[in-house]
Amino acid sequence: MTFQSIIFYAFSAVLIFSALRVITAKNPVHAVLFLVMSFYTASALWMLLYAEFLAIMLIVVYVGAVMVLFLFVVMMLDINFEKLREGFWKYLPVAASVAILMVAEMVLLITSKNFHMGDGAMPGAPAAISNSKELGRILYTDYLLPFELASVILVVAIVAAIALTMRPRKEARSQVVGDQVRVKAADRLKIIKMDPTVEAASVAAAPESAPTPPASSVAQSPQTPAPVAAKAS
Amino acid sequence: MNPAQINVSSFNISLAIPEIFLLTALLAIMVAHLFWTPQRQEARLLFASVATLLATVVLVVLKAMPVPSGSVIETVVITPIQYGFSNMFVVDQMATLLKIALLIAVAVVIIYSRSYLATRKLFSGEFICLILFATLGMMVMVSANHFVTLYLGLELLALSSYALVALNRDSARSTEAAMKYFILGALASGLLLYGISMVYGATGSLDVSKVAAIVSGSRANDPLLTFGLVFIVAGLAFKLGAVPFHMWVPDVYDGAPTAITLFIASAPKIAAFGFVIRILAHALAGATEDWQGMLIILAVLSMAIGNIVAISQTSMKRMLAYSTISHMGFLLLGILAGTNNGYASAMFYIVTYTLTTLAAFGIMLLLSRDGFEADKIDDFKGLNQRSPFHALLMLFVMFSMAGIPVFVGFWAKLSVLEAALNAGLPWLVVFSVLMSVIGAFYYLRVVKVMYFDKPTDTAPLVAPFEMRAVLAVNAFAVLALGLVPGALMTACLNAIQRSF
Repeated sequence: MTFQSIIFYAFSAVLIFSALRVITAKNPVHAVLFLVMSFYTASALWMLLYAEFLAIMLIVVYVGAVMVLFLFVVMMLDINFEKLREGFWKYLPVAASVAILMVAEMVLLITSKNFHMGDGAMPGAPAAISNSKELGRILYTDYLLPFELASVILVVAIVAAIALTMRPRKEARSQVVGDQVRVKAADRLKIIKMDPTVEAASVAAAPESAPTPPASSVAQSPQTPAPVAAKAS
Repeated sequence: MNPAQINVSSFNISLAIPEIFLLTALLAIMVAHLFWTPQRQEARLLFASVATLLATVVLVVLKAMPVPSGSVIETVVITPIQYGFSNMFVVDQMATLLKIALLIAVAVVIIYSRSYLATRKLFSGEFICLILFATLGMMVMVSANHFVTLYLGLELLALSSYALVALNRDSARSTEAAMKYFILGALASGLLLYGISMVYGATGSLDVSKVAAIVSGSRANDPLLTFGLVFIVAGLAFKLGAVPFHMWVPDVYDGAPTAITLFIASAPKIAAFGFVIRILAHALAGATEDWQGMLIILAVLSMAIGNIVAISQTSMKRMLAYSTISHMGFLLLGILAGTNNGYASAMFYIVTYTLTTLAAFGIMLLLSRDGFEADKIDDFKGLNQRSPFHALLMLFVMFSMAGIPVFVGFWAKLSVLEAALNAGLPWLVVFSVLMSVIGAFYYLRVVKVMYFDKPTDTAPLVAPFEMRAVLAVNAFAVLALGLVPGALMTACLNAIQRSF
């Protein structure tokens, strides 16, 4: 038994254990964490096969992004998982037949001559080929068109998400810069001539209204900036 | 690796100039429309999008020409098959013709939709952008020479369509329809991908030309290939809306705003035809006897269910939905013949079907106004008294759909029946004729309602000038192509013959 096979069996054991715990764990948060662990060990197995790009992607994309999102959803939604598990035995025959069908299909695919499955031996280290570099090369040459199309699909996703969910709030206030620039002093400031109706005696009788209103009172709109008011008067 | 190994000129990027132009223009519209004032936005969006589509048509025609000199009509007839992007993309006669047809169809859709959507505050930049994204997807679908490209084009179309159906987000029915469309569409895509993965397993390639060579040559792995074929045919039937994978069609047609239904019912069918031909007739031509049987089942069921259920409908949109299902049955009749003549007649069928559907929904859009959807058959009552001209146009459309001679629908039906007969399936032809007789009932009922019933709705018909003009041209084209079907038929036959 080589060192590599020891690592392989160790990681495989952890992978199978955590995968089983995903479906048997009572607590959904535990199940998600076990799923993270199974992804992590799977990526270690890929690393063993010299597929370093896939291994890193599995951690970055699945563990880093998808699983965190999953955890959010599980924590945010109040799902009664006990209730969902009801009727397990009732659905078992259907589920088992689907599972058997899938296994049969997998066997059919794997035993196909065209897959070149070989004898299942661990491949040796490929001679000085960088996985990421090769993938990048093929992605930007042979698969250039699909790659670009995938990016267009992502743009569609953004446009569709905005079109379906964005609602401009009716009560939201925002500046209309054009109107602000076009405004004239006369629109904002109105000078009203008033006769001096307030007598000096009544002013003295009410000292708490300290700032005495001037003879010509200035009606000022609330947003009027001070400099404009000064210029107008 | 030596960077000099990458030879950019071998990509033949210039082949995709129409697609690149469409994408660039669409992104420009997407950014520019944000700066247009709301009063001018509507007219500008209409102009910009239609101009973009027509310019793309010109580019498609120019790209199809083998030599810069020479008249356009002449050179379109002899497009050489050109591959680009490492064999992922192909420009041939069929792609050119289908692209021209679908681009014009989309332009007509936008012109018809304008007043309907504008009164419902849906004629927005998002609508135009999503329609153009879908158009790009359709162009990729008919021009793809690789399963990955085919699939991505399909998804580009499908994702834009789901969003379009849900665009009227305050309507519970639209949202429900979009949900159904999305879930069933995702399921269909899954089936298709599963089938494609099996074909990959059996042949070891995803390149349409290579798969074709392997399948017709050694057929190394029979059961696996047939298994994959079942999934592929199921996925394709879902996308076409053939029975028993038709359940989404009536609900989506009914739930979506009429203008969006018009879009879903027209141009994507042309793209779906191209898609089916690329997969079944190009890649899996060697397995023709395998998929022929499956298509016969689909065709028989589609024609039966579509025509019989359509009789009991009171909603015009649902009736047209079931009519679409039965038309898909007729389309499959041409494809399952498995001959060049069969494919050509199916191509003729789909192009003329799109033309007729555009006019049918166009008149429905013309009749509807703010707060009123002309989506009941009763809404067409007495149309002759309200507007004899538009009643005449609707008459053309209904006669053509029923397959009554001198209208183009007759020639379309005749040619697919002929193809099925030549394929040695006389019982199927007899069955189809019976079904089309049943179908004639509900088309003629619309005509009866228009001419012999009293109008219940007397509001005047208002529509922008450009819509009336295009609608008249569209409906008269149904008649004109019926009188002179030869040119289009020859074009279809040439397209198929030169693309193999």
